Order: sequence, then C-alpha cells, then structure tokens
Amino acid sequence: MKLLNKSLQYLSISIFLIVTIWSIIFYVNMLDEIHDSIDDGLENYKLLIIQKANDDSSVLKKNYFDESNYAIREIGEPIALAMKDRYVDTLMYMQDEDDLEPVRILTTAFENHGHFYELKIINSMVEEDDLIEDLFWSVFWLYFILVASIIIINNIVLRKLWKPFYNFLSQVTSFRLGRGKELPEITTNIKEFNSLKNAVNTLLQHSLETYEQQKQFIENASHELQTPLAVATSKLELLLEKGGIEDSAAESLGQILAIIERLVRLNKSLLLLTKIENKQFFDKQSISLNRIVQQTVQDLDEFADFKEVKIIVNETSDLNVQMDASLANIIVANLIKNAIFHNVTNGVVTVDISANAIEISNTGKVEELDANKIFSRFYKSLDKESMGTGLGLAIVKAICSMYGFDVTYRFENNKHCFNVRFNAQ
Amino acid sequence: MKILIVEDEKELLEAISASLIKEHFIIETAADYPTALEKIIVYDYDCILLDIMLPGGSGLHLLEQLKDSGKSENVIIISAKDSLDDKLAGLELGADDYLTKPFHIAELNARVKAVLRRKKLAGKNTIETTNIVLDLQERQLFVSGELVVLNRKEFDVLNYFLLNMNRLITKSSLAEHVWGDNIDQADNFDFIYYQIKNLRKKLHAVHAAIEVESVYGVGYKMVEK
Repeated sequence: MKLLNKSLQYLSISIFLIVTIWSIIFYVNMLDEIHDSIDDGLENYKLLIIQKANDDSSVLKKNYFDESNYAIREIGEPIALAMKDRYVDTLMYMQDEDDLEPVRILTTAFENHGHFYELKIINSMVEEDDLIEDLFWSVFWLYFILVASIIIINNIVLRKLWKPFYNFLSQVTSFRLGRGKELPEITTNIKEFNSLKNAVNTLLQHSLETYEQQKQFIENASHELQTPLAVATSKLELLLEKGGIEDSAAESLGQILAIIERLVRLNKSLLLLTKIENKQFFDKQSISLNRIVQQTVQDLDEFADFKEVKIIVNETSDLNVQMDASLANIIVANLIKNAIFHNVTNGVVTVDISANAIEISNTGKVEELDANKIFSRFYKSLDKESMGTGLGLAIVKAICSMYGFDVTYRFENNKHCFNVRFNAQ
Repeated sequence: MKILIVEDEKELLEAISASLIKEHFIIETAADYPTALEKIIVYDYDCILLDIMLPGGSGLHLLEQLKDSGKSENVIIISAKDSLDDKLAGLELGADDYLTKPFHIAELNARVKAVLRRKKLAGKNTIETTNIVLDLQERQLFVSGELVVLNRKEFDVLNYFLLNMNRLITKSSLAEHVWGDNIDQADNFDFIYYQIKNLRKKLHAVHAAIEVESVYGVGYKMVEK
C-alpha cells in the first residue's frame, strides 16, 4: 500500500471517530440547551399564570388544555405540599401535524386563596428524530468534505513532498554494483531525505569498494598464480622427459601434473570470469552461431566418439548475433562440452538453432538439476567423475548477463535442456 | 641458432633454457630490463622469448627498441597476462607470437621452431626427417615420396610431434594444441589414445621410419625407428 493511501486510511478512520464522538457530544449538549431554554420559558409561564390566577379566578376553571397551553385542577393540600416542579417529555396530539408530537410538560402546584391547585403547562419540543437526522446529514457532509479535502491536499502536498524520495528510490532500485559508479542523488532541503541519501550512499560506497577489492583480489591472485604454475608445469614435464624414473614414480608425477593442469584451468576460468565481469570484452561483431556450432561440434568430435555420444545439430534458421567472437565460442563450447561430458554411453546431444535461440539438450545420468543453483560458481552436480572447474556454466551466465541474453535450464522428457535466447539482428 | 630468453622468474628461466638446450639452441638469458636491453642492442639473436612485466621496464618497450634499431629478430612474447590489448600491442610492435603462461614446454618448443622456420624458409615450408616430408603449406604428408591422406587433426598431431622429435608430449599438451581450449575438461584425455592409435596404424602401413612411443601413461614421444 502506498504511503499516500496508508496515511489517508489512518486519517479517515481517526477523523470518522473524532467526528462521531464530537457529534454525539454536540447532540447531547444541544438537547440539554434546548431543554434548559424550554424549562426557563415554562417557569416564566408558570409565574405569569399564577399571577394571573390571583387577579382573575376564571383562570382556575381552565381544567383542559384545549386552545391554550396550560390546565389547572384543584388537588388536596397534602398532595400539593408534597409536589415538586416536574418536567416531563411526552407526546401529545397536534392538530397541524395530525400526529402525536413531542411536548414538554411542567407539572407544579400552587396555592390560591387557601385552595391548592395542580398546574400543567406544555410547550412543544423539537422532534428528536428530526434533530438526529439533520445532525446526521450535516455530520455526514462534514465528514465527506473533510475526507475529500484531505485526499486532495494529500495528493497535492504529499506528492510534492515525497517526489524527491520516489525519485531517489528509483535511482537506488536501478543501481547495480559494477555498472557505473554514480551514486543516487536527491535534491531537497528536507533533512530526513538528506540523511537517508547519506546513509544509503555510505552503504553503497562501501559495497562498491568491497566489490572492487574482491574483483581486484581475484584478478591479482589469479595472475600471481600463473607464474608458479608455469614453473611447476615445465619442471615436471622436463623431469618426466629426462627418463630414468621408475614407472610408478613417473605415473605419480603424471598425476601431479594433471592436478596442476586442473589448477591452471581453474585459474584461467576465474580470470576469464573476472574479465567478463570487468567488461574487458568490448569487441562486437556479427557472429554466425551456426558456424560456431559446426566448428565446435567438429572440434569435439573425437571426444564425443570416445564417450559414445551422438551429436545432432538441427538448424532451422541462420542465427547471427552481435558479440565478441571468443565469448560466442565459449558459450557454445561450454554448453556442448557439458552436454557430452555429463552424458551416458550411447547418449544423445541435440543442438537446435532457431532464429533467435540455441537449445542444447542431452540425455544424462542424474535427475533434474537445481535450476537456481546450476549457474552459480562451483556448483557441482552429483556426477562424481566430474573433473570440471565448476565454472563453465557460471561463465556462460556471466557472458549472457553482460550482453543481455537469457540463458535458462529445464528438465524435459528426461533431458537436460539449456536454452540461450539472443537478441538476434 | 641463438635464442635470448628474457624472463624475471629464475625458475621458469631455467626450465625454458633446459628445454631449449635439448633442441641444441644456444641460449642466453636476461632477468631484467637493463640486461635485456643491453644484450638486444649489442648482439643479434635468431629468436627472443620476451616476458612483458619485467623489473625495470616493460617488455613492450624492448620491442620498440628493437624496431627502432632496425632489427628484425623473431620475438615470442610470453606473458602471464592473457590480455587482448597486450597481445595486439605486442603483435603491432613486431612480435611474431604470443604465448600465455602457463604453457607446456612442448608448445613453446613448437612455437619457437615454427617462428624460426617461417623466417628461414620463406616459401618452402616443410618438415623433413628420415623418409618423412610434411608439407605445412599444402597440409600433406609424404612418406618415401608417397602421399598419405590424413584428416585435419591427424595432420596437426603429426605436426606437433615432428616439431617435438624425441621430446615428451603430455596428453593435455597435445589436446590443447590440437583440439584447443575446448577440450580442457575431457576426463583424463583418454580419447587421445584412439587418435594416436589411428596415426600409428597409418604410419606403420606406409613403413614410416618414425613411430609414436608411449611414455608412462602421461604422454607420447616421437622417435626414429
């Protein structure tokens, strides 16, 4: 939920509560004031009637309300003495409304020349249901106008206030490590937003530095390893060449050489990965992937024969892509190589080239692989024989990310399928 | 033939020298920029193996010096940096080849010989030994004057062997040279065995005076019968 709507939600609920409570209190107070005012009138009327009764005894004969608004009847002394002024709300038939209407009656007693009388005075009252209805509508409109104006004010003011924030947010969202070094900017004099910017940028700066250092470290470490590895390889090769070594010792030396060569491959792959991520390949030329696939399949022919794996290439279209030639080679070679390597005897590798994609699918030993992990560095499948570096697919992924290609894995009909979608010309 | 090796890593320098001495080259060495510069100016070499990152200066400057002094030595750059920029800069400055560390000594051997041959035998580019003639231009093999049909990879394998006569060629070195980097994770390169078997058969059938020997399961060696 957007901040704007959230604040509106809170505001409308609290305003609703406030207005409701306010209208109840207002209603009670108003009713009280009305009663008070009517009661004052009735009291005044009472005094006037008693005064008039003193002068004109005919008043005392008026036993029913009829056309006037009072009635008098004689009562016993004890009752009169015990009686206090009583105000009661009741209903009375009103001719004009042709209905029972609320009235307020003052019941009191007075003495006139030794006789005691009961006096009832009426005064018409406000109709409470009408009052409530009126009040309800005015409160409703008040609430409605308040909420409407809050929406408008919110929209205008908050939108304006938060604009730098949303702007900043979109910059942070699109920020990527290793893709440009410009930190998100915010132009505002609001202190909180500036603090936010500083906090975020300090964090980003730190991440950038760590990222740079890590990249630098991998690159330097790999470079520094090249020379000792070169020394080890050549010395071992010379030693083996010299002869005069026992066969078993020579075999051990051969194994050590193989291990060193594995190290060399690992090192080269790491360097390549770093170079891709450092964007050190800028060359872009039109590459025919059909040709690269044919070349790679030819190169791997003997290897596939040895593994007793058949490679089938289906070309439904020419596929030309703008990219670096060596990287195009690496994508194709790594995928086809994997497909041969992780295959079964008499297995099949199918390469489908369409107008915008290459799909390489192969039969294999293991069940479905974890599509989320398969492209991460040093992910090794259950295939124990694997002598690979664990970087082949990570390199494919890195190249694809750099060019904005899409590489995906799925397991279909008991085949592992790798699909690379290019932005073909 | 005289070769100058410019390399600051002492151990690697020794290993390369040892390997090239076996090929009866005369070796001189330089472990830093000033020594290398002095030797380059004073003497003439048939081939220079040049490291780029040197104490006291860059190997690329040495290349410039060579060019400026009008010398046209064969230069093979050996560098730990597999950088396209360096490669292009080096080749532009007149280097003949570029080899990235680490490398197999057989590969270095082959490159040195290829470079020397290219200069020496302008036009006629063949390897001849015993009753074998390998025409590098036409990519053809003649044994006792008879044409033997080889496929592309068999030719490359034989070429690599002939450039490294009597030298050990490890399986991975052969795989890298012939099949390229693509093959780098191929089990333990057992598939090469079948390639060698085919080549042996073909050589045997035409009574070639050379044969491929196995060396302790780590590789092969081509020797005269």
